[in-house]
Amino acid sequence: MLSFSQKLSRWDLKFSPYLYISPFFILFAIVGLFPIIFTAIISFQDWDLVRNSGTNVGFDQYLWILNDPKFWTALRNTFSIFLLSTVPQLVLAIFIAALLDRNIRGKTFWRMSVLLPYVMAPVAVALIFSNMYGDNHGLVNNLLSGIGLEPIPWHKDPFWSHIAISTMVNFRWTGYNALILLAAMQAVPREYYEAATVDGAGAFRQFWSITLPSLRPTLIFVVITSTIGGLQIFDEPRMFDNTGQGGSAQQWLTITLYLYNTGWGEFNFGRAAALAWILFIIILVIGLINLFITRRLVRDEGSRGGSVPRRGRKGARR
Amino acid sequence: MSALNTPPLATIEEGIPNAKDRRRGERTTKIRGIRAGYWVYVGLGVVVVSAIFPYYWSFLIGSGDATTINNPNMSWLPGGNFIANATKVLSDGAVNFWVALWNSIFSSTLIATSVVVFSTLAGWAFAKLKFPGGKGLLTFVVATMAVPMQLGVVPLYILFSDLGWTGNIGAVIIPALTSAFGVFWMTQYLSQSVPDELIEAARVDGATQLRTFWTVGVVAARPAAAMLFLFTFVGAWNQFFWPFIVLDRQSPTLPVALSLLQGNYFVDYSIVLAGVLLATIPLLLLFAFAGKQLVSGIMAGAVKG
Repeated sequence: MLSFSQKLSRWDLKFSPYLYISPFFILFAIVGLFPIIFTAIISFQDWDLVRNSGTNVGFDQYLWILNDPKFWTALRNTFSIFLLSTVPQLVLAIFIAALLDRNIRGKTFWRMSVLLPYVMAPVAVALIFSNMYGDNHGLVNNLLSGIGLEPIPWHKDPFWSHIAISTMVNFRWTGYNALILLAAMQAVPREYYEAATVDGAGAFRQFWSITLPSLRPTLIFVVITSTIGGLQIFDEPRMFDNTGQGGSAQQWLTITLYLYNTGWGEFNFGRAAALAWILFIIILVIGLINLFITRRLVRDEGSRGGSVPRRGRKGARR
Repeated sequence: MSALNTPPLATIEEGIPNAKDRRRGERTTKIRGIRAGYWVYVGLGVVVVSAIFPYYWSFLIGSGDATTINNPNMSWLPGGNFIANATKVLSDGAVNFWVALWNSIFSSTLIATSVVVFSTLAGWAFAKLKFPGGKGLLTFVVATMAVPMQLGVVPLYILFSDLGWTGNIGAVIIPALTSAFGVFWMTQYLSQSVPDELIEAARVDGATQLRTFWTVGVVAARPAAAMLFLFTFVGAWNQFFWPFIVLDRQSPTLPVALSLLQGNYFVDYSIVLAGVLLATIPLLLLFAFAGKQLVSGIMAGAVKG
């Protein structure tokens, strides 16, 4: 026969873990799981805001969206902005990380300085850059005309508007990613560089053959997180002008901006819900492609993570 | 689903490294003895100037007047109107800047605190208490990180309008009270920083689970909890999509107030950019005090053990 305190202690051992994780799961059920399921249901409905209920319309909302040229423009814009903000950003971040990785004075000062843009809200960044990219009196166009060049139609032309919006994203995240890459660079054992120096490899060759391959797992990680975030972009295109329609001809309309305007401009909740699911599916598909490529890349390495450079990296190099 | 932008720290694979790894990083930097040449400083200088320039630019415009921006020969020195412009922003009844400031402070603090508490609890259970279904549930938590906020906003909006909570800062706080990223972050940290023997010893001594959590877990979790607080705070402060949907001009957060400011003064950018600077000051103060921790948080999350 167990004593009361022994029973209590067993109960404590058995149920405490569930008790500790329950706040997360209860809240997730209410503000996460329920909305996701409800979004799926509403996406098959024509939602009536007054009656606060919907009538079933099957796949109509999805079909409507897929037949809407605006959606395809938004999809193109989203990917275009995503690419323009990811690729140059990574190249720049690697470059900055390589500078920070040198034996410099005032490490903390430089590291903090490159992170400064991160604390500014995307909305604030967007307002400042929209001003600098003004069509008539913006800083950039003033400078261009100052040296005798034609002003750029930042808002009229889709490509240039994507460049402008990508700059905002790059401004905020390049330093952040540079610090992530810097940490990865510092994890490379310095003996490799010493050995390479002995073998007569120059600084550039060392960077190409030692630093870059060691960064691969971190780069893959940064690409994946940038993808999830980049495909959801809203703040910057919303604030690029004061109407928030994504331009007169949808030059910089993105999927999430389109979703917002469908849901809270036209108050078509069924269609907005369908759009949300389409966005989620796009993110999943891109995520799976990422995962597939990552797996292959990592398999090529024969190992994973920081252990890559430590294990036999020297032997693998000629 | 997290309502916040989870900071893209590279913890997905490894989490915070243990102290040993970090020490090694510092040591090896010193081994590389050659001092950096001047061109390294030139390069970094260019980077820092471009990081600061937009701040300076908004001060330049924000301290001028409506015509400053139209003047092709504008001065590169600030004008004298910043206080006047700032006063205009602060006293604008349509923007409610003071309410926005309070809402941002209040909601971000509450969200960050709640995320830290719930994540530490759950992280402790996942990292150190073996229980049936634990692995599967943790995988589930990680999977939810890929779910975008957009997937929940329509039902959340319907829910909060039914409750009559649209326009209420509570509608911004409640969906953000937990974070899958936070749970994952704390799990990673605690599983690496607390030896199992310590928990076993506490159990043998007759400590209850709660007592073990309090005396071992919470103490060990402190550094990671501080980082999590900072990043969650910055994320909550800057989030825009959901607050923009659910709040109105009576009771905005600072980013929402900035969007209202843009709508009202799109002809006078000196007011808008003065407002942008005002709204950024609180986070600049935070950065002055905790910027170092932010830097080491990002770098700690990135190193692969």
